[in-house]
Amino acid sequence: MLQIKNLSASIDNKKILKGLNLEVKAGEVHAIMGPNGSGKSTLSQLLAGKDGYTLDGGEVLFEGKDLLRLAPEERASLGLFLAFQYPVEIPGVSNLYFLKSAYNALRKKRGEEELDAVDFMELVKEKSKLVEMNETLLTRPVNEGFSGGEKKRNEILQMIVLEPKLCILDETDSGLDIDALKVVSKGINAARSKDRAIILITHYQRLLNYCEPDFVHVLYNGKILKSGGKELAFELEKHGYGWILES
Amino acid sequence: MKTKNHSIEELTQKEYKYGFVSNIEMDTVPAGLNEDVIRLISAKKEEPSFMLEWRLKAYSHWLKMKEPTWHNLHYPPIDFQKISYYAAPKSKKSGPKTLEEVDPEILATFKKLGIPLEEQKLFSGVAVDAVLDSVSVATTFKEKLGALGIIFCSFSDAVKNHPQLVQQYLGSVVPYSDNFFATLNSAVFSDGSFVYIPKGVRCPMELSTYFRINTQETGQFERTLIIADEGSSVSYLEGCTAPIRDTNQLHAAVVELVALDNAQIKYSTIQNWYPGDKEGKGGIYNFVTKRGKCKGHNSKISWTQVETGSAITWKYPSCILQGDNSIGEFYSVALTNNFQQADTGTKMIHIGKNTSSTIISKGISAGHGQNTYRGAVTIQKSAENGRNYSQCDSLLLGELCGAHTFPYLSVNNASAQVEHEASTTKIGEDQLFYCRQRGLSQEDAVNLIVNGFCKKVFKELPMEFAVEAQKLLNVSLEGSVG
Repeated sequence: MLQIKNLSASIDNKKILKGLNLEVKAGEVHAIMGPNGSGKSTLSQLLAGKDGYTLDGGEVLFEGKDLLRLAPEERASLGLFLAFQYPVEIPGVSNLYFLKSAYNALRKKRGEEELDAVDFMELVKEKSKLVEMNETLLTRPVNEGFSGGEKKRNEILQMIVLEPKLCILDETDSGLDIDALKVVSKGINAARSKDRAIILITHYQRLLNYCEPDFVHVLYNGKILKSGGKELAFELEKHGYGWILES
Repeated sequence: MKTKNHSIEELTQKEYKYGFVSNIEMDTVPAGLNEDVIRLISAKKEEPSFMLEWRLKAYSHWLKMKEPTWHNLHYPPIDFQKISYYAAPKSKKSGPKTLEEVDPEILATFKKLGIPLEEQKLFSGVAVDAVLDSVSVATTFKEKLGALGIIFCSFSDAVKNHPQLVQQYLGSVVPYSDNFFATLNSAVFSDGSFVYIPKGVRCPMELSTYFRINTQETGQFERTLIIADEGSSVSYLEGCTAPIRDTNQLHAAVVELVALDNAQIKYSTIQNWYPGDKEGKGGIYNFVTKRGKCKGHNSKISWTQVETGSAITWKYPSCILQGDNSIGEFYSVALTNNFQQADTGTKMIHIGKNTSSTIISKGISAGHGQNTYRGAVTIQKSAENGRNYSQCDSLLLGELCGAHTFPYLSVNNASAQVEHEASTTKIGEDQLFYCRQRGLSQEDAVNLIVNGFCKKVFKELPMEFAVEAQKLLNVSLEGSVG
């Protein structure tokens, strides 16, 4: 589904990614772990199409298409979803309206019929149970005045409503208490399917207790330094990132 | 290679949809202004002598006045002798009596604007007065309203048929000596709308005036007077468009509202005069004086405006809160794109006890647009427990536009409470990226964010027009973001 080949990128002439390789197939869950400044967020933002990065080399294929040439909304309509580390507030726009606009924009792009407000409301109500989200949050402006946990739940709600093919979750676990972490994990696990790939970007092993990855990669200084199964995460938790460098 | 993204500064502009010219034979007075022109206008309208005297008083006062320069607007001086002060469709001498008598070309013009004047085709619940250049050409639902004692007619008809009401209230809120443009209007105004709601009557439908400038080198000077008698209420809406012209055209209107005891007036404007092209050529100079007087106790006047058109907008819909417990409101969205300039806001003058006012102003600037909010809140000594809440927010799209805020507060009673909040934000790259990541196009994302920004104002508009306003805003913004 996703092939990242020798990807190098920089911001303001500072090299962040330095020849990154990664392949993700449908049905797989990959965890990318790494210390601060290793390039985790740059990778997720670059894949989603955020402006301001300079591509120095390499390429990214998503279902065979040259991903980096596409506008963010084109990537979204191909089925790429990014759960933001810091979800953005949009004052005056209700959460439900926002989600419906996005949902119908994607359907329209795919040549499917748009859903009306009533049908959409039902769909969202059903899905919001999964992330135990209070219905009042649907009518409030997007992320405005939401707690940290509510924002992350909202990201997961958007993800399970929009049903993307590839989900990239950028530090969705950061800032969550244990109850919120469980709820968010439940949402992520519900999204697992043989047609869908998930990339979990995280600092810590604790999310992986609830969402078991098939593969774990260590990102360090702009490169994947080590890859392995879920046991790699435990090793990291025990020994820290320094261990990878020494080994 | 840079990742493919568009920058906010790439600006283009969608064409103005209402820019056509209608081929209607007009009776136009030659350009220039002097006492004879005023006598001619008054004679053409067969006015009683009090009107002519009032006009002449205004004119001689105007000659002593200077064009205001305190605003934050830049434009070449207006040559008031190059403007024609009267233009009327030629076909009917004294104005059409029924819709059947209206020139089909005029009906076609308004139809093209989406304002069908045939009553059965009007969307229910709205009565329309259509004003072309200087003259009211048709008023719908007159009879239905008349049964309730409501008077809704052109200003000229009101002068003829209800001279006592006109004489009593004309100039009672905006005196002929008020300001340069209002005084000019008082001297030369040709028509407009007149509304009287009798005691205890709640007007059952929206009243609406649709203004259209057609003829070249004319100014449009209309005057609207709305009187809500004790315990009555009315909701009124005005809309405006003009053809695309290379030259600037002057529009200097006056609106006066009077609310007596327990009366309510809601006045909504969707202003979409031709804004000029993307180089800033042409467009309407919109210098308008709008003021309402809450004369009676417990009365309420609410202004809502969506200003997207005109090369220059200069208007400050205001409330004089004279009656005890009276309420004034001002909700405004002003958008400037390309080279448009707007200097707009409100005045809330608290005189009575327990009076309260609310100001919500949303300015949006794109392209080279310059948007100024100017507001004055005055709590007079007599205004025990006066309350004001003001919120002025500006949204910038791009690097070349500007937003300015000039709030003036004058509080002369210690029991008053006045709050002012202001913010200026740039439309966030983060917000845009977030929306686009979810699948919205750049343009839809901008519309969504801007409409969210304006929501507090849009929800004050009558429902049918809130949708219209939202669409208009989207069209006006089209292409403003890369």
